[in-house]
This record gives sequence, C-alpha cells and structure tokens, in this order.
Amino acid sequence: MSSVEPVPGTAASAASAAPAASAVPAASAGPAQPAAPTGDVIHDIGFRHYDGQRFGRGWVVRSLLVETVRGVFGLGRPAKSKVMPWVLIAILLIPPLVIAVVILLTGGNELGISYTQYPGSMELVISLFVAGAAPYCVSRDLRHGVMPLYLSRPMRRSDYVLAKFGGLAISMFAVLALAETLLLVGALLMKLPVGAQLVGWAGGILTVAILALILSGIALVIAAFTLRRGVGVAAIITGLLVVSGVVQILIAIAKDKGYPTVASYLPALNPYGLVDGIAVRLLGVEPSNSTAYPAGPLGLLVFGSLAVATVGACLAILIRRYQKVGGV
Amino acid sequence: MIFVVMHLTVRGLLGRRRAVLFVLLPLLLLLMAGLVRWASGGDPQSTVKLTNEFSVGTLLPLMCLLIGTGVIGTEIDDGSIVYLLAKPVPRRTILWSKLIVAWGATLVFAVLPIIAAVEIAGDEGTRLGWAYGVTATLAALAYTAVFVALSVVTRNVVIIGLLYALLWETVLGGYVPGVRNVSIRQWALAAAENMLGDRAPVWGVTSDVSLTAALVLLAATTIGAIVLAVRRLQTLPLTTRD
Repeated sequence: MSSVEPVPGTAASAASAAPAASAVPAASAGPAQPAAPTGDVIHDIGFRHYDGQRFGRGWVVRSLLVETVRGVFGLGRPAKSKVMPWVLIAILLIPPLVIAVVILLTGGNELGISYTQYPGSMELVISLFVAGAAPYCVSRDLRHGVMPLYLSRPMRRSDYVLAKFGGLAISMFAVLALAETLLLVGALLMKLPVGAQLVGWAGGILTVAILALILSGIALVIAAFTLRRGVGVAAIITGLLVVSGVVQILIAIAKDKGYPTVASYLPALNPYGLVDGIAVRLLGVEPSNSTAYPAGPLGLLVFGSLAVATVGACLAILIRRYQKVGGV
Repeated sequence: MIFVVMHLTVRGLLGRRRAVLFVLLPLLLLLMAGLVRWASGGDPQSTVKLTNEFSVGTLLPLMCLLIGTGVIGTEIDDGSIVYLLAKPVPRRTILWSKLIVAWGATLVFAVLPIIAAVEIAGDEGTRLGWAYGVTATLAALAYTAVFVALSVVTRNVVIIGLLYALLWETVLGGYVPGVRNVSIRQWALAAAENMLGDRAPVWGVTSDVSLTAALVLLAATTIGAIVLAVRRLQTLPLTTRD
C-alpha cells in the first residue's frame, strides 16, 4: 500500500480514516508543489517565467507594421507569393525607365508624362497592386481566426487597424515614390532645369502619398469584409475598375447635356480623379486625360475635404469592424 | 453524374456573397445605358462608345473572370475540390460541367445585359443589338474558357487575367498595334464589324483582324484553354499557400 503513489482521493480517504500524522507523509511523497499562484496567473503549471524586459504596446504595433510592409513585397513568404507583387512593381517602373532610356538615346527635351499624371496613367496596375496586397494584410488573420491571439497582447483593436493601414499605405507609397524618383532621374539626365524638376517631383510625391492613403483605406475596408481567398482581390479590383469606368461615362453624359459644373465635380468619385484634382488645384499642374476640375479654392476645398473624409470614413469603418472580431 | 456536378457548381457560384456582384454589375450597366439614352437621345454612336469601352471592354472580361474563378477557383483555393476529385468521375467531366455552368452564367449575367443595354441606349432597328450579341457571346465563350483554365493553373488568376484582359488588350494595344492582333476582344469585334457591313466604319465598330482569322483564333484559344485545363486538373497539385 505504501509503495503506491498516493492519489488525491485515497489520500483524502486515508486522512479521514486515520489521524493527521499518516496524511502528512502521503502529501509530501507527491511531486513538489508549484509556487503559490500570484494574482495574474490563471493556471500555473510550473514552467519557468519570462523575466526579461517587455517592450509593450508600441513595440507590438511596430512589429505588426514591419511585418505588413515586408509581407506586401513577399519578403518572408514563399517564392510563389513574391512573384505577383514584383511583376506589378516591374510593370509600374517600366514607363519611367523607358522614358529615361528614350531620352538618353534621342535627347528629347521634355518628359513624356508629368509627375502628377503618372499615377493616373498607371491606374489599372496600381489598382491591381493594392487589390493583391490588401487581402494579404487583413483577410488571412480574420479567416484563420487568429485575431484573439493578437488581441491577447497589450495592443488595442484600433492599434491593429492603424498598423495594417499604415503598413499598406507605406508599401504603396514606397513603390509609387520610387517610380516618381525614376522620372526625376530621367528628367535630370536630359538636363532639364533642376529647380523646376525638383518642385515637380515634390508635387508628384505629395500626390502619390495622398493616393496611397485613399486607396489603402478603400482596399482594406473591402478586404476586411471578404474573408474567402481570391474573393477580396476580385471585389477590390471590380470596385475600383467599375467606379472608374462609370465615372468616365457620367462625365461624358454631363458634358453632353450641358452641365459642365457637374462634370467638373464628378471626377471626385474616382480615387484617381480625386487625387489628380487636388494636385491640379493645389500645385497648378496640368490635369491627366485633360479632365476639367472645379475652378479656384472652392474646388480644392471640396476635393481636399472629400479626400480627408474618405480616409477618415475608411478608418472608422475598419475600427468599427474590428470591435466585434473574435474567433472564426 | 454531370448534372450532379453542375448542380453543385451552380449552388457554389450563386449561393455565395460574390453573387451580389453578378446582379449589381448588370444593373449598373442598364442604368448607364439609360443615362446614355437620356443624354444622346438614342444616337447609335453613343451606344457604340458605351458598349466598346465599358460593356465589352471592361465589364465583360470582369464578369467572365468573376464567374470563371467562381466555378472552380474558390474550390481549389479552399481545398474542397479534393472531395470532388476523389469521386470516380473523369476529370474531363468535372471540368466540362463546371465550364458549361460558367458559360450559362456569363450568358445570363453578362451577354444578355449587354444586349439589353445596347437596345436601351439606342439602336437602329436591332442591328447593333444582334452584332454586339454575337460579339459578346464569342468573347464570353473564349474569356470564360481561358479564365477557367487559368484558375486551374495558377492562384493569381484574378491579377493575371486582368493584366491580360485590360492592360494587354486596352493599354498596350494603344501603343503597339501588333498587340491588338492577339486579343480576344478584337477577334470578337471582327464578327460585329462584319455583321454591320457598311455601317461599321460610320459607327466606329472596327477590328484589326479579318473575320476568318478571328473565328479560327477564337476557336483555337477556347479549345486550347479547355485542353490545358483538363490536363492540369488531371495532375492538380493540392498545396496550400497564403
């Protein structure tokens, strides 16, 4: 009897039958009891504790942001996932490269495309890039039900949204800014006036920054509601393409019927038109596709506030969406 | 057995949230057609512009892509195609039943709305309606077959498909004339150009390819895509990637 490992039930029955003296050795023969649980531990099974420094909320957000940016470019993901982003980036960088090479060979005296017209001319490829990246950023975490794991860290729900939004916007901005810089290199190679080109380039950088914010917001909202793989990409690209096509038709109709004021405000419905309108009114550059935009400070005010409202609304929808998110 | 697979495919295609797009996009097209009619008063030239640029140029490839990936791409993506492939049904039959459903869906959700949009926006008799009906049908058959084949071959079907349908055919075709000879849209437009006869140049319905060449190329592309899809489905690697 004494050689048998005491189980709680028998120990208790022995304690109840015999005096206290026989119960005490039975308890001490068992495994060493873990340290008394402290207040913040649910179930301590005796593993060694982590005593190092904890970096806290800011570091979690920073790590999430870095992971998002890396993932958009396929870094840290399998080779198959690297193909698509880099093919699209290559296509985005081809026009500036071709322009630079043509200038070098023929010695032209003007850029084939202005800094602010570049995003509008690559509309489809930019849309494809953001459509491919946004579902990667948010859909997988929702689909595989790992959000509770993120939220069990010292990070708020809005932190997650802002980190993902920031990561996607930074990635998009990096790609587009690189293309703008290539255009600048081309312009400097043909010895255009440096000052004017730098001003134009700065305007282009500002334009693509606004565009990256707006597109990231819209794409993330759609991606956060389409969890199935492949559906998010299709939904984002369908939305962006159809809006762009419909707005073009509406502008043509408004012009035909003799409502030029309406026609000048309609481009604001398309993210690319909205950003181009802001650039035209703010920087005084030529519009892309010779679109007409509302004149004067009122136009800038309307387009600018619409851009701010779009980004704000997208973030608000995302934060609201993540208030309820839990397991699968 | 083919009907069972078709039934399952229809349910998978229309029972999901993406089916909302199949209804919304045609409705949007009809709305646009109404607005165009209001603006132009039924001028066939405006109809041609709307149909060439929006209906056949953007909406039709998009719908074919959504439907083509919807019938088989989503199943491959979430891995549930295994349960279908494990059944004693020839892969050929599986692919054909999915393709037939996809063709039927594009006919209902893309081709018919395009014809309706032409009639709403303004037509001369029913000449434009017939011409664009044939063009849209031919293009839908080829696009759907290509996109179904692409969904069996690659996971990035949406991006690759759109790069072809929009960047290659629309943007590159504008700069490099030779590219327009390798374009489903141009091949299909050849039919409309031929059917409209002497009115085609007036309304601006032109194609860069002759009718015989266009029909041969369309048939070759469609059949090639189907053969490729069947062969790839017979040796489908089932991997997961994210």
